Order: sequence, then structure tokens, then C-alpha cells
Amino acid sequence: MSALAASPSKRILTKGNEAICLGAVAAGCRHYYGYPITPQNDIPEYMAAHLPALGGTFLQAESEVATINIILGTSASGKRVMTSSSGPGISLMQEGLSYMAGSELPAVIVNISRSGPGLGGIAPSQGDYFQAVKGGGHGGYRLIVLAPHSVQEMYTLTMLAFDLADKYRTPAMILGDAVVGQMKEPFVASPYDPASTVEKPWALTGCVGRERRNLKSLHLKDNAIEVHNWKLHEKYERIRKDETRAESYMLDGATIAIVAFGTAARVSKTAIQWARKEGIAAGMLRPITLFPFPEREVFELARTVDVLLVIEMNTGQMVEDVRQCTSLHDRIAFLGKPCVMPTPEEILERIRLLAGRKG
Amino acid sequence: MTGDIIMAGFGGQGILMIGNLLAITAMEEGKHVTWFPAYGVEMRGGTANCTVVVSDEEIGSPVVGRPKGLLIMNGPSMEKFLPMLAPGGDLIINSSLVEERQVTRNDIRLLQVPADDIARNKIGSRQMASMVALGAYVARSGIVKLSTVFDCLPKVISKKYEKFIPLNVNALKEGAALAGFHA
Amino acid sequence: MSAPGKVGFSKAVYTRPRSLVDVKSHFCPGCHHGTIHKIVAECIDRYDLREKTIGVACVGCSVFLYDYIDVDVVESPHGRAPAVATGVKRAQPDKFVFTYQGDGDLAAIGTSEVIHAANRGENLSVIFVNNTTYGMTGGQMAPTTMLGQKTSTTPYGRDFRSDGYPIRMAELLSGLEGTAYSARVAVSTPAQIRKAKESVRKAFEMQISGMGFSIVEFLSTCPTNWGMKPLDAQKRVLGEMSEYFPLGVFKERKQADVA
Repeated sequence: MSALAASPSKRILTKGNEAICLGAVAAGCRHYYGYPITPQNDIPEYMAAHLPALGGTFLQAESEVATINIILGTSASGKRVMTSSSGPGISLMQEGLSYMAGSELPAVIVNISRSGPGLGGIAPSQGDYFQAVKGGGHGGYRLIVLAPHSVQEMYTLTMLAFDLADKYRTPAMILGDAVVGQMKEPFVASPYDPASTVEKPWALTGCVGRERRNLKSLHLKDNAIEVHNWKLHEKYERIRKDETRAESYMLDGATIAIVAFGTAARVSKTAIQWARKEGIAAGMLRPITLFPFPEREVFELARTVDVLLVIEMNTGQMVEDVRQCTSLHDRIAFLGKPCVMPTPEEILERIRLLAGRKG
Repeated sequence: MTGDIIMAGFGGQGILMIGNLLAITAMEEGKHVTWFPAYGVEMRGGTANCTVVVSDEEIGSPVVGRPKGLLIMNGPSMEKFLPMLAPGGDLIINSSLVEERQVTRNDIRLLQVPADDIARNKIGSRQMASMVALGAYVARSGIVKLSTVFDCLPKVISKKYEKFIPLNVNALKEGAALAGFHA
Repeated sequence: MSAPGKVGFSKAVYTRPRSLVDVKSHFCPGCHHGTIHKIVAECIDRYDLREKTIGVACVGCSVFLYDYIDVDVVESPHGRAPAVATGVKRAQPDKFVFTYQGDGDLAAIGTSEVIHAANRGENLSVIFVNNTTYGMTGGQMAPTTMLGQKTSTTPYGRDFRSDGYPIRMAELLSGLEGTAYSARVAVSTPAQIRKAKESVRKAFEMQISGMGFSIVEFLSTCPTNWGMKPLDAQKRVLGEMSEYFPLGVFKERKQADVA
């Protein structure tokens, strides 16, 4: 299926990784660079096949280190640009991401995460949460992190990632995993709203009729780096205030609220449906943005339900942020499945246990 | 109608393709559906499998631990997947390549489909074996309408092979007939 | 901005290049960066490239390129300038793109990036300043440090048995198909400066005519970290450095490759 053939009104059965490509192309991304790694190879393969016909550029770089810096160069040119990888490759990109955050350069980085640490494995995992949301490289910065849980969101959140990255001049990450990347489900190629694109008066295009311009992260003079850090901080605070997104799922009257993102969240939906049929008032708050984290929503939720059940495909990362949002730590339970998808059955079992315990 | 199935066999038997066809058919019937393949290292070594979930409600997990259906196209897949099949579930085996004695459970509904033999002798192309098996599964489970499967064939068969669509229809019908369904 | 001829002179025979910023140099006495900047600026002017140039600065003393050359400049992580330049050139093929890199940057941490940019035949130019040491960090061993040369991390002199040999990048890169032009020059005499400028012109012409990757390696001084007076530093370039790193053109493509 060609990118152009994606009819706007009709459902098409599409792989999550391909939906990311369709979203990127719809949002005007014509530059993609990458390096092969499982389980995201559908993305570079799709881009290699389709970008040339769209007048774009695909390049397979010699490493993820080179990739992120080629991304930096194209971003500095004012163009929308994307790369994708998985855990080990994303680690190699951290240097470039720190420079891009420091130089205030936007781009979209897709992590179809796999198991770790190290080479780990190719099983789906949410073990890269800390790396993604805490600023995986040096120096103290944040990425905007979006966590799709369906093929539809792989598409729409990719478009949003480009808009937010440009709006705030900072790299944005799509944190997916092998399940949402590899699965196919119907999605609708909703049209991209070009009104959300912004001008880039900072881009390096040659100093025609203006002073020369530099894009850099080095600030040696006086207290310039302190000033720069406060400027970045203020930007991250604005992002926190204006860009937090979360889905409330069956939270009406809920006494047990799951907090989960991505694949763990979609599996939880099945367990919640089953629990409701058994008369257990379960629901879910699903963070769509991991940075900014829905702090206020979690804070308020903790005060209205009996227990928050945090479910992650790791041994406990986001749960630390949930704890930080509320002082009611005795109301927080955790179900961790490192590098394996939880089943609806085991989630339901935990819900039942929690329901019984409080009763 | 809701249901889920794991399909497994050798690479090249068309497993991912019939899974895709089933998923597209379900989508065209307005259902929620997911398709999930084995990927990466699992693909190496010549085996292929995929999971299709069809539901009237939003689907949580695209991976199932206790599938209601199992379509087995070769011997090695039987060992791996038979223990997972839910009690009372539908087991479709390609009896041209899988021996009956490999079916070590009697709490399931077995349907033997000599898919390779039918494809070769009745359809005239061994490549149609997986389509014969899919026809049998669709008829047995009622998960989608066989006629919608016919309608969706052009969506999974490229223009280049368009002329083989009637063969695919015949293969689906032969499989369905084995499940007692006559189009 | 451009220097007018002084009153009483009929015409200006020499002016500061338009693309060179009119500021006092902060580099150490006897350092060659200033001379090399000027050559680069002159060549940018010669082809009227200033308004279509995007420079890529690296890490080390070379990073201050943007304080001296009056063009758009993006800063890259250590060693990654050829990758960043690739990203700029792929996004803006009509622009003129060059990197300006030191030896630690290009020949150690960035070896992979420069080799692959060259091998892809990226249509960009690299100015490579080899002064056999890490200048900014205080004179540690570089991959180009001469055998026996004392640095702060080879206090007993570089020994090939533990540190390997000085690496000849101009020759190495000339062996790649994607490289259109590779030369090594020096700027320790007026004649060498003239020759060096010729090489930079050639390198820029390669890019302008779409021939592919071009690199000019400059043998340069670092009197401060060498612990030498500027004049002695010049002698070192002319002597042992030029012996190990011979000056010359190692590759010059005559015709662009066609698919």
C-alpha cells in the first residue's frame, strides 16, 4: 500500500510500525534516517520504499550514533525528520539527543522497545521508561514522550509528536513496543491539520539578507549556561502545564484504578471489561504522555479510589512517578511483567484480589 | 461473533497471508480485529505463525494464551501449540502433513483437512493448501462469512496474481465443504 | 564592513575577506587556526558562497569556527560533524556545506563518521586540522601524535607498542571510492599557504560541481601544548611532521560517477 493511497475515510488493516510511517508522511516528514534493529525494521523498510517517490530522503546510516547526528543536521535545516530504533540503538542515540535538546532542535525518535538490559532480547518490554522520560543522556533535559496503545494512536501520536517537537523546539519520542509495532488492526488515516505546523525562523538556510546564525549547545561565557538551563526548564514547565494527555477508561464509580500505558494498558482494558461483568468497579487512567506525566490526574485519582494498581512490562519504573504524585503510598499496588506481556487473566486475578482485600 | 485463532506452519505455506485475509474479512464485517505475527528470531528456522482476534468489543490483548481455534499446517507446530488450545476449541489440521496420532487431546473439536492433497489434486496448485484450511476453519467456526472472505481476496492478492482469485475461491469452498458447509 | 583603501591609495590590493568576522583572534600565538580560517573565508568569497553556506563546527579548539567565519554554523557532538553535515546536505542539496574538524575529533572519536560520509560520496567538504594533539583539553595524545612525542597522556613519549602509530587520514580516505578529492597541505611558509589555498579551492570546486566528498588535511601547530616557541613549532611542521605526513594530493576525481 502506498502512502498516498491511504484513503482518508476508510478503515485499513495496518501494522503499527507502518501506521507510524503513514503518520509521519501525513505530517510532512520527508527525511528518515535509521539503522536496522528488530523489532522496528518495518519502519526503515517502508520509508526506503516510499520516501523517494515523495521527493524525500531515506538513508541507512552506519550506526545509530551517525543516525541521530544526521537527524540533527536535517533538523537544523528546518525540515521535519524522523528516526526509529529499539533499546540498544536508542542508547547509542543519547549523546545526539542531549545535544539536540541543548541546541533546541526538534525531531521525532521512535523507540519500538525490546527487552534489556544489554542485548536483552526482542520480546516486548517497557524497560526503557526511565531512559525515555528522565532524559537518557547527560546534562539534565526532557524529551516529550508519547505512548501509543493502538495502531490508530501510532498514527495520530506520530503526527502530534511532530507538532509538539516543532512547537517547543525539542526532540519528541514515540515509546512503543514490539506488540503495538508488530500487530495489525484497522485504523483510519485521519487527515493531518496543516494549521498545526509552525514557522522555523531559527533554521540554518544560509545567511541571505540577515546576520549569520548559530545552532549550538556550548555556552562558555559568564553565566550563559545557567541562563540556558533555566530557559530549558521554563520550557519543560510549559510543556507540563499545557501538553499532558491521558485517557480515562471506565473510571466512573471506580474503586480500583489501573495506571498503565501502551501495551500493558490495552491488555488491562480486557481485564477491566471482565471485572466490570463480575461487578467489580475497575477502571483505568492511561497516560498518553509519559513526559509530561499526568501528575495532577494521578493525584486526584488516588483520592477518589481505594487502590491504584500500576501495571508495567518491567519490574517497576513508572510506579515511582505514580508514588511521587501522591502521598497515599499504601493505596498503590504494582504488577510487573518484565519483558513479557501480562495476560488479561492475571490482571483480573489481581483485580479480584484487591477487591476482596478491601471488602 | 467473537473468536481467536493461532495459525502455524512452515514459512512459505501462506500462514501470514491467510491470517491477514481473515483479519481483513473481519474488519470488512465491521468487527474489531487484531493480527499479530511471530517476528524477529522467531521467524528464522522456517516456521511461521500468527494470531487473529475477532471481537464485537475493543480488543485488549492481540496475543492469546488459550485460543479458541488452532490451525496447524505442519507437524512441528502441533507440538508447540496444541497444549494452548482452549478445551472445546476447534483444531484444524493439515492431515496431508500432520499425523492423527500427534493429536494427543480429546477435549477439542478436531477437523482433519488433507489440505495439500486437495490443493494438488482438486485445485491443481499445492500453494492453495492454506486457503483450503482457512475455508475449513471459517466454515467450522462461523467467525466470518465465507462470502465476505471471497470478497476480500482482491485485497490480499496483488494485481499480478489476480487471475488466481478463482482458484483461491475454489480452495476456500473445498475446505468449507469438509466442514459440512456448501456454498 | 569591508576595509576601504586608506586615503592617498588609488586602489585596495588587499582586504579582509568578506566572510571573515572582524574580531580579534583568541587563539594562542603561533596557532594556525587563524590562517586556516582566513583561507577558508577567502575560498568562500571566491565562489560567492557566503549566503548559501552552512558550516559544521566540531568539538575542541575548532569549535570556535562560528566566532570567525561569517556564515550559518551548526555545532555537532564530538566527531559527528560529517554525520551532521550529511543531514544538512541531504536536506538542502543546493547549499554549500563544510565541516571544520581537529585530529582528535576526526581521526579518533569521529573515524567512523568521516569514513562513511566519504564512502557514501557525500557531496560536502571537510577541513581537517592536524596538530598532533588535543589542544582544548590540554595536550593529550591524539591519533596523529608522532612516535616519541611527549604529551600529557604519553609522558614518556608515544610508543607504538602500546599506543600504535600516527594515523594518516588523507591517504586513508583517498582509498575510498566516494572520495573525490583528498590532499594534505601546510601553512608554515607563504608558498605553502598559496598551495593550501589552491587545495581548498579544489575541494570546494568538487562540491560545487557535485563530484562528491572532499577533504583537505592541514598540518598545523599547537605551540602551547607542544611547549615550543611559535617559530620552533613552524620548524617542527616543516621537519618531522612533513616527513611522516607527506604533503600532496592523494586523490583528485576528474569526472563525476554516474549511475
